Amino acid sequence: MKLLTGNELRSGAVTWWTGNGWSIHVEDAADVGEHGEAILHAEEGARRVNAPYIIDALPTANGPRPAHIKDRIRALGPTVRADFSLKPADPAAGDWII
Amino acid sequence: MYKYDNYDQAIVDARVADFRDQVKRRIAGEITEDQFKPLRLMNGLYLQLHAYMLRVAIPYGTLDSRQMRMLAHIARKYDRDYGHFTTRQNIQYNWIKLEECADILEELATVEMHAIQTSGNCIRNISSDQYAGAAADEVVDPRPWAELLRQWSTFHPEFSYLPRKFKIAVIASAEDRAAMRLHDIGLELIRKDGELGARVFVGGGMGRTPMIAPEINPFVKADDLLSYLEACLRVYNRYGRRDNIYKARIKILIHEIGADEYRGQVAEEFAHVKTLGIDPPLAELERISAFFAPPAYDASDVEPDRSDPDFAVWLDQNVKPHKQAGYAIVNISLKPIGGIPGDATSAQIDVMADLAEKYSFDELRVTHAQNIVLPYVAKRDLYAVWQGLRDAELADANLDLISDIIACPGLDYCSLANARSIPVAQKIATRFADMDRQRDLGELKLKISGCINACGHHHAGHIGILGVDRKGVENYQLTFGGSGAEDVSIGKIIGPGFDEDGVVDAVEKATEVYKALRQGDERFVDTYRRVGMNPFKEAIYG
Repeated sequence: MKLLTGNELRSGAVTWWTGNGWSIHVEDAADVGEHGEAILHAEEGARRVNAPYIIDALPTANGPRPAHIKDRIRALGPTVRADFSLKPADPAAGDWII
Repeated sequence: MYKYDNYDQAIVDARVADFRDQVKRRIAGEITEDQFKPLRLMNGLYLQLHAYMLRVAIPYGTLDSRQMRMLAHIARKYDRDYGHFTTRQNIQYNWIKLEECADILEELATVEMHAIQTSGNCIRNISSDQYAGAAADEVVDPRPWAELLRQWSTFHPEFSYLPRKFKIAVIASAEDRAAMRLHDIGLELIRKDGELGARVFVGGGMGRTPMIAPEINPFVKADDLLSYLEACLRVYNRYGRRDNIYKARIKILIHEIGADEYRGQVAEEFAHVKTLGIDPPLAELERISAFFAPPAYDASDVEPDRSDPDFAVWLDQNVKPHKQAGYAIVNISLKPIGGIPGDATSAQIDVMADLAEKYSFDELRVTHAQNIVLPYVAKRDLYAVWQGLRDAELADANLDLISDIIACPGLDYCSLANARSIPVAQKIATRFADMDRQRDLGELKLKISGCINACGHHHAGHIGILGVDRKGVENYQLTFGGSGAEDVSIGKIIGPGFDEDGVVDAVEKATEVYKALRQGDERFVDTYRRVGMNPFKEAIYG
């Protein structure tokens, strides 16, 4: 599957295209299929996302899992600061990255 | 410490106003990201993995307690309560919001700080010896010269769009504590027949093509130095490759045309530049130098009481001789076992500022090894300083030991990285946590980069680790024999890479080989240079 990701313009926070908007949670990300480029240009032009790009991901029972470790770290937060993770109370969250 | 004059302050304030307007226009959609990106980079603002990252310049790594407290304030108010001190003697904040960036720069400007020339293809922040002004072995204090170069390079119209970024280091001691010859230009201030001048090295650097700068001129008189550097830059600006980013650094130019040809071109250009009169008049040099006059030393030479064993270990490891009797140089390690190299919380930054104000004539230094220095501490105050550091968890006595690791932010933060650096540093430091074991190994400089750009200086590590991406999996190459010091050398890859735990095991095996083979006072790197790679390879790869 293909996901569209980027950063919020004002905050810089990592964000994921959900099909009808943006979410900071990768679990909400939608498969953009062959439409990624068109959505990317429309959303970037409207300044609803900054520096967007399309990535490969695998569907799982808990939602999409980006194929590359870099995007999994982007999705969850730095592995060395669990307190900055999007799931600070989940000690197993780091396993999802590695 | 240098203090801004009206001109310095005016250009920094004007830049803040410019950037505030640029951010406003970007958020309003009046300029695109492609148009905005070079503008934000000129103000040190990157877009990294998780957020914007702001790199703040600390010229030649020198700052006072007021500035240090401002760094803590920025971390507390605008970031996540910590900052990351870098290998270029700067500080980075990892969680900055675009809409707050101009406010941050405005606050920094109130204490004579900015983020100018911390990015882009310009002359970057000038770096220097963290012991400048305090080192017993220095010929002269290099800071006035570093400050002169800062003023010369700031907004230099001819050198704002160089083929690639350009880094200059200035030292004035035979012992190189600034990795001088691994810079685009390295200056070693020396005296020749009593006259002050500089050995000029050009074309060093790390990155994907590490090179040690060759000596381009054995002695440039101080009166000619600015003109000579202008000539060095002009030749680079004229012939440096702009068509290939990987071949654009000056080290590639000099490698391709040869040091002799480059030297000749510079000599020819210098003859012209010298007629332009850009070298500062004596009065200006004296004005700048006056800011760096020695502090009002008043302590008698008393040795500290060593009865507290933890304090005694810290004294032996982290405190260095001072040129002034009765004083010492204190190194504050930002490398706690299991911690993140170079990180300090707002509270810790405030503590260091307080200690500097009370005990170090209000001055601190940032080192390229990501530590902090209090350069002027009276020996009578060392125990009080140590107690203050200990209470703030800043008293790790591991300077230059295996756990004093340089590590770039790596894939945990950096959009360029291929692998994580910090977890490897944490695992190695934890493996060697025992202080007696570390001290038995002695000086062992271990440096980790998360990609070939080498921000973690792995090429210059006695042991270097380079993280690479192998089909989406982190892999770590091991190099031995590098050095950024006066015995400068580039490390060599020892063989196939390892996974994260494997590289930690390999480092441990290497230290065992060293312990078995070392002779006398040999450091790890000395033994490696004497016996070669084979004993290490045999132990590591079987």
